[in-house]
Amino acid sequence: MSPGERSAAAAMNSSRVVIVGAGHASAQLCASLRQEGWAGEILLIGDEPCLPYQRPPLSKTFLAGESALDELLIRKPDFYDKQAITLRCARVRSLDPEAREIRLGHGETLAYDKLVLCLGARPRRLVLPGAELAGVHHLRDAADIEAIRADLPAARRAVIVGGGYIGLETAASLRNLGVAVTVLEAADRVLQRVTAPEVSTFYERVHREEGVELRLGVGITALEGDGRVSGVRLADGDLVAADLVIVGIGVVPNVEIADRAGVSVEDGIVIDSCGRTSAPDIYAAGDCASYFDRRQGRRLRLESVPNAVEQAKSVAAAICGREKEIAALPWFWSDQYDLKLQIAGLSTGYEEVVLRGDPATGRDLACFYLARGRIIAADCVNRPHEFMFSKRAIAQELAPDKELLTDLTTDLRSLLDRSPSRAPRADRS
Amino acid sequence: MATVTFVEHDGTVHQVDHDEDGSLMEIATNHAVPGIEGDCGGEAACGTCHVIVTDEWAGTVGPRTGREQQMLEMSPECEANSRLACQVAVSSAMDGLKVRLPEFQM
Ligand SMILES: Cc1cc2nc3c(=O)[nH]c(=O)nc-3n(C[C@H](O)[C@H](O)[C@H](O)COP(=O)(O)OP(=O)(O)OC[C@H]3O[C@@H](n4cnc5c(N)ncnc54)[C@H](O)[C@@H]3O)c2cc1C
Ligand code: FES
Repeated sequence: MSPGERSAAAAMNSSRVVIVGAGHASAQLCASLRQEGWAGEILLIGDEPCLPYQRPPLSKTFLAGESALDELLIRKPDFYDKQAITLRCARVRSLDPEAREIRLGHGETLAYDKLVLCLGARPRRLVLPGAELAGVHHLRDAADIEAIRADLPAARRAVIVGGGYIGLETAASLRNLGVAVTVLEAADRVLQRVTAPEVSTFYERVHREEGVELRLGVGITALEGDGRVSGVRLADGDLVAADLVIVGIGVVPNVEIADRAGVSVEDGIVIDSCGRTSAPDIYAAGDCASYFDRRQGRRLRLESVPNAVEQAKSVAAAICGREKEIAALPWFWSDQYDLKLQIAGLSTGYEEVVLRGDPATGRDLACFYLARGRIIAADCVNRPHEFMFSKRAIAQELAPDKELLTDLTTDLRSLLDRSPSRAPRADRS
Repeated sequence: MATVTFVEHDGTVHQVDHDEDGSLMEIATNHAVPGIEGDCGGEAACGTCHVIVTDEWAGTVGPRTGREQQMLEMSPECEANSRLACQVAVSSAMDGLKVRLPEFQM
């Protein structure tokens, strides 16, 4: 060990990492810090009254009551014991980068050597008359689900505001419970921000087949009801009856405490390719962070578990003195009814799509997004094979023969470059 | 108490004692075993929990499902006993289970 390494190791023993926010990014960070050899203290502070849990099931199995919260914990309680991670339930009100301190809600201050902001995002609220009525819900955390579940026994007609992934998953979960569901979407198709029109068409058809009423291109002017919601007023004057309203119109990143402390924010907290913010010894990861994506050539703030996990790994490495760039291919998934969607890559900037399957029939489809002839992303519904193919094809910057790609008899493996040096590199730490 | 052994591609051995029934992926992530990511939380959606079951345990663990097959056969490191760890239910009766990890997760 060189003298430099010795002092770094000594610092790692006596130093304290404070992680603010106890969600997906921080659960990964706890594991990765120990795997990277961090021997010092790790203090995890979150404002939800439980250990980090999986959020994706909230709109999927959890809403339907199939799983209990302790089944959703990302890591079991004894993981935190064994890894010597101290947990505190508290809300952090402010940061002082100069003094290297954070301040909690009741005024207590805590010192840090390294600080990681894993603050996540909060649901965008409807700002309309009646938005505060009983029976109107947002969907981000376990407490939201408990509140929705409490309203479910009396719910006959639900209105979902927003036809994005969370809205559509919620619609599917409620249909599975036998509730009548109307989805209101301002754009002229569902999933407009994230998929090609062909994929929207596919999902609109399936939801209609499942009995969901879709109203596209509609504006909302108010939520009506006497104490409890009874309907949603549309811009054209129509009233859609509802005894349960769930709003899924996107999220707002939790950046305020960073912003107030002078840490640079551009939509998300600005991080470099290894998760460092503009302030010394302060890092950020997950939904609250904005990073530079090399493939897209621009700053992005993603909202997904794989993104939170990848950034947390880079932060853990950076804290322990190792450079590990944020580089993994973004991906996402969504479950609705029996449809398992897996998305590889980001489709922004695509020039054409190539379909494998027919959006007008059936329950499966693969949609490849191409730019300059190369596959940059793919939406794969009940087609895990195409999903895994796409991950490799995107990494290889494959420019496939489009006829072969569409042809269901093609063995996709034959399109890939099989030399081992082109295998996707996933950092394993 | 039962033991599971994970052997990394470079030969590093992680021996994990556990007393919970759960998936092999959960046991790995609960014990901070590197190389098993489990990004999707066990939905068989991400393919980041690929393991290769050693021959002596392959019969007990059983074959992969159709969905796993479709995910795994795209991996250049797929072998006859490859499984997605999140789809392998481990009970305390499977004491001594041993699996290898691929060089890369997809
Ligand atoms: C219903 C739903 C379904 C989803 N489905 C999918 C899916 O299928 N696939 C997918 O990849 N992603 C999905 N996502 C997105 C995914 O859950 C998020 O991208 C992920 O949780 C981001 O992790 P994070 O650690 O950045 O933030 P979070 O997991 O949100 O954690 C942040 C935590 O910080 C806490 N916090 C914030 N401010 C403070 C403070 N000042 N003091 C203390 N604590 C604070 C918050 O309360 C929260 O507990 C879904 C999200 C929702 C809500
Ligand atoms: S944890 Fe995602 S496939 Fe196993």
